[in-house]
Amino acid sequence: MSGQSQRLNVVPTVTMLGVVKARLVGATRGHALLKKKSDALTVQFRQILKEIVSTKESMGEIMKASSFALTEAKYVAGENIKHIVLENVHNASLKVRSRQENIAGVKLPKFEYFTEGETKNALTGLARGGQQVQQCRAAYVKAIEVLVELASLQTSFLTLDEAIKTTNRRVNALENVVKPRLENTVSYIKAELDELEREDFFRLKKIQGYKKREIERQTAAAKEFAEDKFLENVSLQKGISLNSAHNLLSAGMEKDEDIIF
Amino acid sequence: MAGRAQIPQKKSALVAMIADEDTVVGFLLAGVGDVDLRRKTNYLIVESKTTVKQIEDAFKEFTTREDIAVVMISQYVANMIRFLVDSYNKSIPAILEIPSKDHPYDPTQDSILSRVKYLFSSESVASGRR
Repeated sequence: MSGQSQRLNVVPTVTMLGVVKARLVGATRGHALLKKKSDALTVQFRQILKEIVSTKESMGEIMKASSFALTEAKYVAGENIKHIVLENVHNASLKVRSRQENIAGVKLPKFEYFTEGETKNALTGLARGGQQVQQCRAAYVKAIEVLVELASLQTSFLTLDEAIKTTNRRVNALENVVKPRLENTVSYIKAELDELEREDFFRLKKIQGYKKREIERQTAAAKEFAEDKFLENVSLQKGISLNSAHNLLSAGMEKDEDIIF
Repeated sequence: MAGRAQIPQKKSALVAMIADEDTVVGFLLAGVGDVDLRRKTNYLIVESKTTVKQIEDAFKEFTTREDIAVVMISQYVANMIRFLVDSYNKSIPAILEIPSKDHPYDPTQDSILSRVKYLFSSESVASGRR
């Protein structure tokens, strides 16, 4: 199996030609559809690329703001606020929910965050700096929002990358392997059928020639017979048998037992 | 399809963190922290005495836990275990490299962003040729 000469191993018949042609049509349609899918995915992919870049850049800003808010809170509420926070961790109140989004048959995960229950940190900084602590909290929730969005973009990016690779591989396989092979098979079957037809034609020609010669011979024989018959009639009318005369002559030529010498 | 990772349809998932103390405290204040029955946390505070081994173990644990959807990791911590982060190729949980307070954010070191930039430049070259 190498390069140009590869084709399917089939019996060259008209039925098979129909089957292979149908498969070729199917392959062509599949190729067109997959190409469209690949294009649609690429469009989505580029959009996600742009979004990732812009979100990554805004992430830097938001993280800076939230770090600053934390510093403020620390300054106002005292350094030991972090111990309070670390002690207060029990169950996550801010969680992430994932759902699927379907783009051209590719399932992309989308994350979104939600809050559940109330955080234990509501009373943190009650003694002093409560406002700063709450501001800091709000800043970090905002940061989470951006980060979760970025996470879903990144996951989509990876998934789409994979999907595009697979689709392109399929498109190329159809274009460079399946379709040429089917086309080769079609041309092979056609060539074989043509060959059979030529053989048939030649055989028919031969038979025709033979029949023609036979007819000619028969007509010639019939003509000869008719001529003979005509001559016989003429001689009968004249009262002589052409044949008998001829016979007489020939009989004279023959050896007569009565004649001694 | 066999090769594609399944996307779990869960009601809720956690956000894990591997970062310096200030960043972790900030996010804990926002309410992402979680401690389960065995006193296992979904975050790791990286201090000066934290070993690379501990970070590696935490990273491996967070990426294999089923209830975690996003792992946030400070960029300088990610640089310590760069080989692990770069060889990680699953889509869920998603790995996010975040800037930390003491270390300026360098976009060229981000594993995802470097790929994005690479694709962008190749695409712009391709579109420029057209």
